[in-house]
Amino acid sequence: MSKWNLIINVGRCENCHNCVIANRDEHVGNDFPGYAVPAAAVGDNPIRILRRTQGSAPMVETTYLPVMCNHCDDAPCIRRAGDAIRKRDDGIVIIDPVKSRGRKDIVRSCPYGAIVWNEEQQVPQTWFFDAHLLDQGWQQPRCQQVCPTNVFEAVKLDDAAMEKKAEKEGLKVLKPNLATKPRIWYRGLERWETCFIGGSVSAEFAGVVDCVQGAEVTLSWGSKRLARATTNNFGDFAFDGLRGDGSTYRVEVSHANGSVWRDCVLSESIYLGELRLARPGADARGGPDA
Amino acid sequence: MLIRPRMNRLVLRTVLFALPKVMNLTASRAPAFAARLKQRDLVAWIGLQDGSIGRIVEIRGGRFRSHAGSPAEAEVAMSFKDAKTALKLLMPNRDQLEIIHAAKNFKVVTTGPDDLVVWFTQTLNMSETSGLSMGTPMPDGSLRYTTCTNGGPLFVYVKDGRILRVTPIEFDDSDPSTWVIEARGRKFSPPRRALVAPHALTMKSLVYSDKRILYPMKRVDFDPDGERNPQNRGISGYVRIDWDEALDIVAKEINRQKRVHGPGSITFPMSSHHQWGNVGYYLSSLTRFANLIGFTRVAANPDSWEGWYWGAMHHFGNSMRVGVPAGYGGVEDCLKEAEMIVFWSCDPESTNGAYAGFEGTTRRLWAKELGIEFVHIDPHCNPTAQLLGGRWFPVRPQTDAALAQAIMYVWVTEGLYDEEYVATRTTGFDEWKAYLLGETDGVPKTPEWQEAETGIPARDVRALARKWGGRKVYLAVGMTGTGFGGAGRGATGAQWARCMVMMMAMQGWGKPGINFGGLQIGVPHDLHFYFPGYADGGISGDLAWTGNAVNNYQRMPHILTMNPVKQMVPRQQLPDAIINGHATGYLWDGMAQEAQFAPFSYPMAGYSPIHMIYRYGGSSLSTVTRSGRWVDAYRHESVEFVVNQSIWMEGEAQFADIILPACTSLERWDIGEWANSGGYAHHGVNVVNHRVITLQHKCIEPLGESKSDYDIFTAILTRLGLGAVFTEGCSELDWVKRVFDSSDLPGEISWKKFCRKGYYVVPPEKPELRQPVDMRWFAEGRRKDLPEPAPMPSQYAEEFGMGLQTPSGKLEFVPEILKRNTADNPDRPPVNCYIPSWEGLSNTELKERYPLQMIATHSRYSFHTSMDGKNSAVNQVEDHRALVGGHRFWLLRLNPADAAARDIRQRDLVKIFNGRGAVICAADISPLVTPGVVKSYEASAEFQLVDVAGETVEVGGCLNILTPDRSQTRGTSSMAPNSCLVQIEKWRNAEAFKLDRAA
Repeated sequence: MSKWNLIINVGRCENCHNCVIANRDEHVGNDFPGYAVPAAAVGDNPIRILRRTQGSAPMVETTYLPVMCNHCDDAPCIRRAGDAIRKRDDGIVIIDPVKSRGRKDIVRSCPYGAIVWNEEQQVPQTWFFDAHLLDQGWQQPRCQQVCPTNVFEAVKLDDAAMEKKAEKEGLKVLKPNLATKPRIWYRGLERWETCFIGGSVSAEFAGVVDCVQGAEVTLSWGSKRLARATTNNFGDFAFDGLRGDGSTYRVEVSHANGSVWRDCVLSESIYLGELRLARPGADARGGPDA
Repeated sequence: MLIRPRMNRLVLRTVLFALPKVMNLTASRAPAFAARLKQRDLVAWIGLQDGSIGRIVEIRGGRFRSHAGSPAEAEVAMSFKDAKTALKLLMPNRDQLEIIHAAKNFKVVTTGPDDLVVWFTQTLNMSETSGLSMGTPMPDGSLRYTTCTNGGPLFVYVKDGRILRVTPIEFDDSDPSTWVIEARGRKFSPPRRALVAPHALTMKSLVYSDKRILYPMKRVDFDPDGERNPQNRGISGYVRIDWDEALDIVAKEINRQKRVHGPGSITFPMSSHHQWGNVGYYLSSLTRFANLIGFTRVAANPDSWEGWYWGAMHHFGNSMRVGVPAGYGGVEDCLKEAEMIVFWSCDPESTNGAYAGFEGTTRRLWAKELGIEFVHIDPHCNPTAQLLGGRWFPVRPQTDAALAQAIMYVWVTEGLYDEEYVATRTTGFDEWKAYLLGETDGVPKTPEWQEAETGIPARDVRALARKWGGRKVYLAVGMTGTGFGGAGRGATGAQWARCMVMMMAMQGWGKPGINFGGLQIGVPHDLHFYFPGYADGGISGDLAWTGNAVNNYQRMPHILTMNPVKQMVPRQQLPDAIINGHATGYLWDGMAQEAQFAPFSYPMAGYSPIHMIYRYGGSSLSTVTRSGRWVDAYRHESVEFVVNQSIWMEGEAQFADIILPACTSLERWDIGEWANSGGYAHHGVNVVNHRVITLQHKCIEPLGESKSDYDIFTAILTRLGLGAVFTEGCSELDWVKRVFDSSDLPGEISWKKFCRKGYYVVPPEKPELRQPVDMRWFAEGRRKDLPEPAPMPSQYAEEFGMGLQTPSGKLEFVPEILKRNTADNPDRPPVNCYIPSWEGLSNTELKERYPLQMIATHSRYSFHTSMDGKNSAVNQVEDHRALVGGHRFWLLRLNPADAAARDIRQRDLVKIFNGRGAVICAADISPLVTPGVVKSYEASAEFQLVDVAGETVEVGGCLNILTPDRSQTRGTSSMAPNSCLVQIEKWRNAEAFKLDRAA
């Protein structure tokens, strides 16, 4: 039995909100009996885009994460709602627009905050994969149709094939610890979940400060050397994919013209700013990051 | 031509005899036409002017009939000079040129009450369109129509007279194939669907907005025959009136103005944009309407081109494009050759190349895949920088020219420029070099020198200069990547734009991989396929102020109209002109580089000052600088009458005496090509991946009592006896057909098929015929080979087609035109020396009180004021308007350091203010904005002055009430909204406001 899954390419989302607006266009003012009553013209969006900015000028990385109903196979909302919410054979979770009337309690049952309350109609609502359109023969939901950067990829596969695909392509789900078995998969979720340490290396030559290209930079944690990098034209380096768990890391820079080091405690991404090389022989200026 | 005169007379008698039968047959087949015939009874006479042939054609009880009779018995008489003329105009498949020729030379004259003439002629024309089948039936019982918007073409699904949804147009197998570009061993082809802007997808929400004006209204304390109470505009409410009363008041007032004050007393301030479409556009219907009345022109400043028009143009010409480069062939050249793209005040992911939605995004992502590096120079780590990555240079606003000069300094001192190109293709470099090196003013423009101005470390500037100099780099500037907007809209805008051209001149502009652009423009289209853009005249008949004369006037024969009033008032100074009674401006005119130097003054001898404002829409308050002036102007006693024709109750609409409800483009007929603006943006379609020409279906009937602009203009002009002249007997759909016929479409798709399918995709150009790259001809010293009609033949220095438009025919580092015209103007020196902004951080007195620099650029989610506010779907986008205390607040983006210093937290309400006013916004705190800068968007559609706890603030988001109304430089009519110092603070009345709302 093949079922619907949605893959979200994390680094591709540029926050244009076409998916959010298309979803409003589809549902505001439209009644789809058996699927959904009209959405409120003013109200929360069943598709939301979260933002994460890391670092500081000039090294800032911004990531946008579309979130919506996960169509969980073990959905907490279904456990709460009884027959007001059903799981279709194709994997899609649908809140019954009639049976769920007045059930504001359902909104709180979702650990992902993906259920919105329609005050006008007194019903809980979600992004239900545009099941009404798929049932008419559409090949993709509207979010995929309007996305300029191909963030969304709806795939219909049996569960075993999807598991295999997820493993092979490194797809992850949100809050896997809850074991809700979401059908929304994220590609490149590391960008959302991990941190970086970056900096810019410079040196003084004859009274003039310049960026240093080609400096060797190492990152270590305790005595363990974790990664190496080389600075670019702007003297910039960055180590990414780090866990922001409060550990202390050491960055050491070496170059023919000198060296420098820094310690930093990583809970959110850090741009260390300018790291000025000190001449070999002289004491390398260093110390904990502010 | 071969038919003999006697034969003609016989045929004409037969035609007149058969006409009613043909009409009745049509009515029996087309219910819409049958309904039309039931609207009114009418007796017409059709015949020859000498009376030798003629017949009464009567409509009675919904049926045509005819009998012998004389013109005296008829309400409407249509008389032809001779039988030959009559046949040319009465037979099917008429030649439009023959019709216009006969009308202009009085070979056909239609007499009678104007409303009947218009109704009768439109009815005759309707017989040809009423049977057309429109749209494509869908399996779910809906009809799929098409439309086009400022953000792209859409399918519009309609069921039971209601819009069900809008979706981007997706091409099918019957549409032509898509172009392929081969670069670095890979093949690239864009998706076969329209990548539309977010605001395009809001169309349905805007049609059904609860801010729609659904019936005509009169201000309660406005009495056209008594007290008019201008001081209460924007304060007092409205009462519903019927169309007849509204139209009578407007028509009577137009005549009263003409009688009492004379020409010039009426003005039609036009916005820069409209809903898409060649017929309903402001440069089309509204211009035709205004010309037939006569008006003081509100002369627009080149708002999108400021720095380029007043500055950059003098270095390289291109006046026809208002001083921006053309961008031909830029996509393929960049993908094949470029090593890096420098985005300088360029954020195409927000500005979309104006109308192109995200069509350029795909192409930029290809560049990323190819490993082309990116640099972003902008005070804001903007959405383009966020998506693409690359080094960010957070330059302080308006100091860009200092940064540019320091880069050029490094190029000069380290030999990182194209010496051969400079020697053979440019003039004045030695003088420029002397300035850079400090030989003329004692200040070398070193990276260290610029650091204090720009905030960019000297070492980074050197690194950038070295990475750039001597390499193949595309420089992406402004909205299209080849100019416009951006840093050009501040006090130093011209300095920046001039530097951009000079930098390219140093690097060999036009050589492979070295050009302007950021993959936003320069798609391999077939640009020889003719379809007019919105600025190409439409139905205006205006040859002087649109691009009509170039193609449209010949291709779509129509009657010329012209505004006989020579008086003009500069747009940015309109309120001052009203309040102070005088204003001076400088023209925006693409004809020549010299056109901008001569001032014009208001009032002009012989004409009346302004006493009546006929305003379409309401965008001024948030698009014109220091816009609070507009409130005072609207309430000024000299303004006797204000009419606003608007779709929504927003902006200035609330300052009108009479409000006329217009409908959206989804409720009327139109036709238009995606991103085809025409006029100054010649070949503007070069930004989208497919040339998509759409029939803009009338998808639903106008809501409430609203009407199309065209029908409103017709109704007013009919009261002035001008309806027939205005309409030429045509409805909007007839004009749409005339536009269709004027283009190259008829050879490719039938009118019937076009009506059903709704769009046509122009096949891409054959690879071997693709346009050459912009400026390649110049770099290689060849004759110009680009498909643009500029410079004009007289404007070449020596030989037609050789060299640029400049006096020398070369790139001029120190422009001869400025030497001739502005040598005595310290604001516009021929040598582009760095002059700090008059409202920037060098202005120490102002800086002390207002230490933050505000930049307000084009909004990302709305298109100027359209699609914002009025319960548009984007209002619910938290990154567009944030919901605080039940109100949707405009966002102000600021750095964590500036927020912490003021105890401002995420989504706090902040007051942003200076001596010009105060606006309340919601704070968006992130490191994406450099410290000392606050970033927002211009063009909020909402203008809401409120009093809270004794304090008057604006809560709609109209940040332009804070911007200066000073021109960038003396001797120009230019705006500088990004030269704006402000202070912000946590709004102390936020809780009072929320309590007010909750009550």
